[in-house]
Amino acid sequence: MGRPVTSGAGNHPNQLLLILQITRALREGQISSTELCQRCLSLIRETKIFNAYITVTEQLAVKQAAEADKRLKRGKPLGPLDGIPVAVKDNFSTANIETTCASKILKGYIPPFNATVVQKLLDQGAVLMGKTNLDEFAMGSGNTDSIFGPVRNPWGYSRQFREKHLQSHDKEDSDWVISGGSSGGSAAAVASLTCFAALGSDTGGSTRNPAAHCGIVGFKCSYGLISRHGLIPLVNSMDVPGILTRCVDDASTVLGVLAGHDPKDSTTRQEPFEPFELPDEIDIRNLSIGIPKEYHAPGLSSEIVENWTKAADLFENAGARVLEVSLPHTPYSIVCYHVLCTAEVASNMARFDGLEYGHRSKAESSTETLYAATRHEGFNSVVRGRILAGNYFLLKQNYERYFVKAQQVRRLIANDFVKVFGSGVDVLLTPTTLSDALSYLDFIKEDNRTRCTQEDIVTQSANIAGLPAVTVPTALSQRGLPLSLQFIGRALHDKQLLTVAKWFEQQPPTLVGNNELSQPHLQ
Amino acid sequence: MWRRLVPDRAAWPRAGAGVGPRGGGVGPATWRGIHRPPTGRPARPRERGGQAGQRDRGARGLVPQAPTWQALEEHQLPERTEVTPDMIDHLERLALVDFQNQEGVETLAKAIQFADRLHLVDTEGVEPMDSVLEDRCLYLRVDEVTEGYCAEVLLSGASQVVEEYFVAPPGNIPLPKKEERESFGVQNCDW
Repeated sequence: MGRPVTSGAGNHPNQLLLILQITRALREGQISSTELCQRCLSLIRETKIFNAYITVTEQLAVKQAAEADKRLKRGKPLGPLDGIPVAVKDNFSTANIETTCASKILKGYIPPFNATVVQKLLDQGAVLMGKTNLDEFAMGSGNTDSIFGPVRNPWGYSRQFREKHLQSHDKEDSDWVISGGSSGGSAAAVASLTCFAALGSDTGGSTRNPAAHCGIVGFKCSYGLISRHGLIPLVNSMDVPGILTRCVDDASTVLGVLAGHDPKDSTTRQEPFEPFELPDEIDIRNLSIGIPKEYHAPGLSSEIVENWTKAADLFENAGARVLEVSLPHTPYSIVCYHVLCTAEVASNMARFDGLEYGHRSKAESSTETLYAATRHEGFNSVVRGRILAGNYFLLKQNYERYFVKAQQVRRLIANDFVKVFGSGVDVLLTPTTLSDALSYLDFIKEDNRTRCTQEDIVTQSANIAGLPAVTVPTALSQRGLPLSLQFIGRALHDKQLLTVAKWFEQQPPTLVGNNELSQPHLQ
Repeated sequence: MWRRLVPDRAAWPRAGAGVGPRGGGVGPATWRGIHRPPTGRPARPRERGGQAGQRDRGARGLVPQAPTWQALEEHQLPERTEVTPDMIDHLERLALVDFQNQEGVETLAKAIQFADRLHLVDTEGVEPMDSVLEDRCLYLRVDEVTEGYCAEVLLSGASQVVEEYFVAPPGNIPLPKKEERESFGVQNCDW
């Protein structure tokens, strides 16, 4: 179970390596950053069908890798990520590199600055492979609503999936599997081994959902640990830059590089952040693992229930205290999220008017006409729908009835967590998604809002309460696709959360998985 | 093959040899932000082994094997809000985006209906929560110029500029009525 699941193409030597291992190999000269970068670039070309990248920054990557090699040769690497290929979701501002949010309205937009997290990656010598695909403005849960087209799940092209799938109906590409979203490009990029870590954003589960569907680790830290400066905002009070990696240790390494107070983001916490390493030998005895009963939501697949149950058994057999707990307002959490999200979207999207940057309509009869026409042409129907709903909830006559009401329910949800953690529970064990990834044709049978309601149902409450949460792959489903479980921790106890997740990751797959997990090969 | 992915030193947890995960994390150990008395059902953990016989059931007794709640039926919700033509016009003017078609109006009606579920929650006396950082003063930097002189860079993002100015069409003209708006000549998004 929980071991780093990877799906990749070919037999590249870098495909089984984790950041810590590759860092060692780089420092010992067993491989050069340039070599690594070239392998990743050729993998990006081979896996183009996944549509994981919007922009591949090949020239920049080659240049950065060469510089990293010089530093490594001198024995003076900048940090743990020096020479390591990474990718960044295309809603983080990157100086001199087009940043689109997968929307027509930002076509051709070249930010004049780097997001703080991007700058930190570059300052550490990380090699930027490119900008990854997403649902337009990160509004979605399937990565099916991008102006650049949907992202395909690498696992849908794995031998494990194809062998099972082609028996039932012998279709080629008509019915491929979604990557999950909104950070589907980042998840597919890591899962297809084109980079070692990727940045996503997580407002309601947008990092954890695609990580779960693509069989990798997806981590959303406590709100305020990582700067949002330069992340084009969706919901300011819930957005957290997300980390997608092949294993929990790597997520912790990347957190160490990114976390900390940023004078340019007043919502980052000012306490100094000490980067940490997770222990290899972990004792989970005396640890309290809570099972929130409301997280068995309607529609949860039997395979996930089985994995969840086995995982709970695993913790108990290893000596942890496993408790059933109640978070009674869970059924209303997704509703609260829906209102707060659309309200903040209505406000945040007001900046896109065509005057200062991005797409500008040709309708020039008046300023308001220009704004309306630009926004009509620039936003997809999902974004427009959320803007209109948010404006409705914020109307003077509706403000108390919907917006303030949702803020009150937000406190009740946050209080549910406070009570559970106050009762001595250390970490909650829950599902991440209701099922394995749907095929594209099945997914688009419902509209974006309905899908987000289903897909984010057990992830968004961690955003509402600002808690750290991480998803870890557990096993392959009957269909041959990854299944994952989520851990939710106490605010600012990110290390404890990741330590528990790492312990889970270390357990042999036979204890939880009902399938033998092996290296998937792309066909 | 997954085993090759596990870091070299990773091993089964050994009794007594491990470093406990307790005490990890950063910052204050308590979450001070939330001080309102709770409403609703208290979340009392049911502990394993608290009752005789439970221990044999395994965690299966703790992970619910069936959904613990059901999605609401339509008849349990407040009456569905009609989105009137006046409301459509009002919202389009405020938001400066249009509904495009009847489907867009239907999407809003569904969004409102979904939000109406909130009214089933008793929030009497509950303080609204703006932010999870409400327990602290947010950082404000000193009000001094730290960067700037980048007019050229900022203007370079605009598709129309004159000297050092962004260019807007004539202002103070209200958005035309819906029928007239449809003659914008707006194009479909296909780039």
